[in-house]
Amino acid sequence: MNARQWVASVVMGASLAGAAFAASAQEQMIPSMVYRTGPYAPSGIPVADGYQDFITLINQREGGINGVKLRVEECETQYNTERGVECYERLKALGGTIFSPYSTGITYALIDRAPADKAVIFSMAYGRASATVGNIFPWVFTAPITYWGGASAGIQYFASQLGGKDKLKGKKIAYVYIDIAYGKEPIPVFQNYAQELGFQLELVPVPAPGLEQKSIWLQIRQMRPDFVYLQGWGAMNAVSLKEAAAVGFPREKMLGVWYSSQDSDTQAAGAAAKGYKGLTFHGASRDLPILKQLKEVVLDKGLASNGAKHFGEIGYLRGALNALFVVEALRTAQEKFGKGKVMDGEQSRWGFENINFTEEKINKMGLQGFIAPMKLSCDNHLGDGKALVVQWQGDQWKPVSDWIEPEHPKLWPLYLRDAEAYAREKNIASRVCAKS
Amino acid sequence: MFYRESGQFKTSYRADQAIFTIPQDRIFFALFMLMAYVGVPLIASDYLYTALIIPFLCLSLAALGLNILTGYCGQLSLGTGAFMGVGAVSAWNLAYRIPDLNILVVFILAGLITAAVGMFFGLPSMRIKGFYLAVATLAAQFFLPWLFVKWGWLTNHNSSGVITAPQLELFGWVINTPMEKYLFALSIVALLALAAKNLVRSNPGRQWMAIRDMDIAAEIIGIRPMVAKLSAFAVSSFYVGVAGALYLFVYLGSTEPDGFNINLSFQTLFMIIIGGLGSILGSFLGAFFILLLPIFLTRVPPMLGFEFSTALVSHLEFMVFGALIVFFLIVEPHGLARLWQIAKEKLRIWPFPY
Repeated sequence: MNARQWVASVVMGASLAGAAFAASAQEQMIPSMVYRTGPYAPSGIPVADGYQDFITLINQREGGINGVKLRVEECETQYNTERGVECYERLKALGGTIFSPYSTGITYALIDRAPADKAVIFSMAYGRASATVGNIFPWVFTAPITYWGGASAGIQYFASQLGGKDKLKGKKIAYVYIDIAYGKEPIPVFQNYAQELGFQLELVPVPAPGLEQKSIWLQIRQMRPDFVYLQGWGAMNAVSLKEAAAVGFPREKMLGVWYSSQDSDTQAAGAAAKGYKGLTFHGASRDLPILKQLKEVVLDKGLASNGAKHFGEIGYLRGALNALFVVEALRTAQEKFGKGKVMDGEQSRWGFENINFTEEKINKMGLQGFIAPMKLSCDNHLGDGKALVVQWQGDQWKPVSDWIEPEHPKLWPLYLRDAEAYAREKNIASRVCAKS
Repeated sequence: MFYRESGQFKTSYRADQAIFTIPQDRIFFALFMLMAYVGVPLIASDYLYTALIIPFLCLSLAALGLNILTGYCGQLSLGTGAFMGVGAVSAWNLAYRIPDLNILVVFILAGLITAAVGMFFGLPSMRIKGFYLAVATLAAQFFLPWLFVKWGWLTNHNSSGVITAPQLELFGWVINTPMEKYLFALSIVALLALAAKNLVRSNPGRQWMAIRDMDIAAEIIGIRPMVAKLSAFAVSSFYVGVAGALYLFVYLGSTEPDGFNINLSFQTLFMIIIGGLGSILGSFLGAFFILLLPIFLTRVPPMLGFEFSTALVSHLEFMVFGALIVFFLIVEPHGLARLWQIAKEKLRIWPFPY
């Protein structure tokens, strides 16, 4: 039995290598790590659909990138780290160059593998915040924002609600978070702000998976915070909203980070979610021009992934944005390394580092309201993107703020400090970048 | 026929006590190890190493550890995930705080720390057994990951609590490529599996099995339950701890404490139930079944030329996998290891069964 197993796996490995060779000749393979099943599927499905549909849009409308067809290869991770690593290796063997794992655990496991594999890890607004420092993490991109940026944007939004940053003095902000790496990530930023602006910060950890929060919200009611910043995940978010409603905490004063403010969260909370606000790093409303294009070219022709059940949802837009970055990186890379060619890992990375969404380009591509101008570089893998506050209307999200720019000058020293600590620990030399 | 033992006489105690008593087994095993050390490195791809074989080795070591406790000593435990976490976190701390420490020493010390922790959480086994003990070990599963999160020193006050394994180096040999990592993990697992095999065949193992089969009778014939049970907890936790260290250092590279959650405990428990309680081979077969079979299943529909959606393939995988578990448990409740043994017995009398 054992011998047979080995033979089977060997044959499989060989056929994989063969497939990779054949595929790379005419088309660019676009890996898509998804979770359409498992406990977090409600978050995963819209993202996977949006990602796939945007690639279909590029293929249908422009015939790919300068004639290179894009072929999406999905792999189901079930939000499980072991399966995620398996997917990454599988898709890499098929010729994938840019990977978006959509899970903190998988991202962390891949960060260490990326340099040896020459694979781009694009953890769009999740994963390790300090991977923003391109000198130390050459293969990881965090554009357009990190959880730290989210915290900074949230504080600024609260300040603008009160009429100025000085008004935050003496106020109370509760940070309600799921007690895993993802939730703990922005705590230092909140602490710095609390010190600087003189508000009182209440840290309220919710043990994972956060399905029981009664006592926590009673505690919050006693604290009487002026604002609540929520960083939950999965089913926890809807529970938070329901419990907030139960103790009568106004939803308008609750701001959720992007993974706490998706349609699946608010739909699950029902009426309790109305008025709740969320941060996004891209435009989110049903009348965006990008959605019109997707509807015309993909949806109306019946090409939408999964029957367009989640068309226009915030997760769907997020998937589309992820694909937009991937396509733009490949397009930029082709401009340097040869139009109409298939890009490898190294070239994809160069493309990523030279992404430049100017105002003019955004208008030309019909992305108005979807993204803010940003520019990536060798040492800046973040692009210093902006955030937007949206409010749940009961059936959809509506923007209620302008683009908010996180205070990047304050965050960068933190990124650098954390990245340098990582470099010391791992004994990695910092890469020298041309000044940007 | 293939497995004929007639004419093979054991003329010394040594021969009678060997792990593999007949040449067929010895040859098969030697070929298998040759395949593992030479054959696999010759043909395997990076995908095979990093996605399949290395996690398989780490988890089979964890399953082996649990099997010592549950399969041999009869003490049900649901704390395997947490004990792997202890191994990983203590190995990381040792390697980080004493950078010059040899990696093997790091692993052994991490195993010993886990053994101590495991013994501590094994104390309730003096008084309670069966399902009640499982619930008591569940306390470890909840307490330890909580501790990793709360006690900042353990993760060097990293804001997100993520630990990242350092570069592996053994006597100047930098273990970098997937193949080197595989060989390193394989050697550790092979050594520990050999040690376990001998342990369960000698005095401590016999004590454990006596306790498992009937603790009162065991006590009457002079086995001290406390020593036997706690030594089982210690040895089992040592294995699990080393498995956790391997899981972090060789397989994942970096992880958060939340990664060592209860799912991992269940996974290892299912491995030994499917593979075979009280069997070293069973731990490996079970790890293969639980970890690798689902991955193969996701590849079957595309291989057969079906263009299913990712979600459907995944759902099919759940269904087939579930059905297979039920099938194997009905056909052979004693696990895959027992099936293997039956197959060998059948081969012995083939083609003339009587």
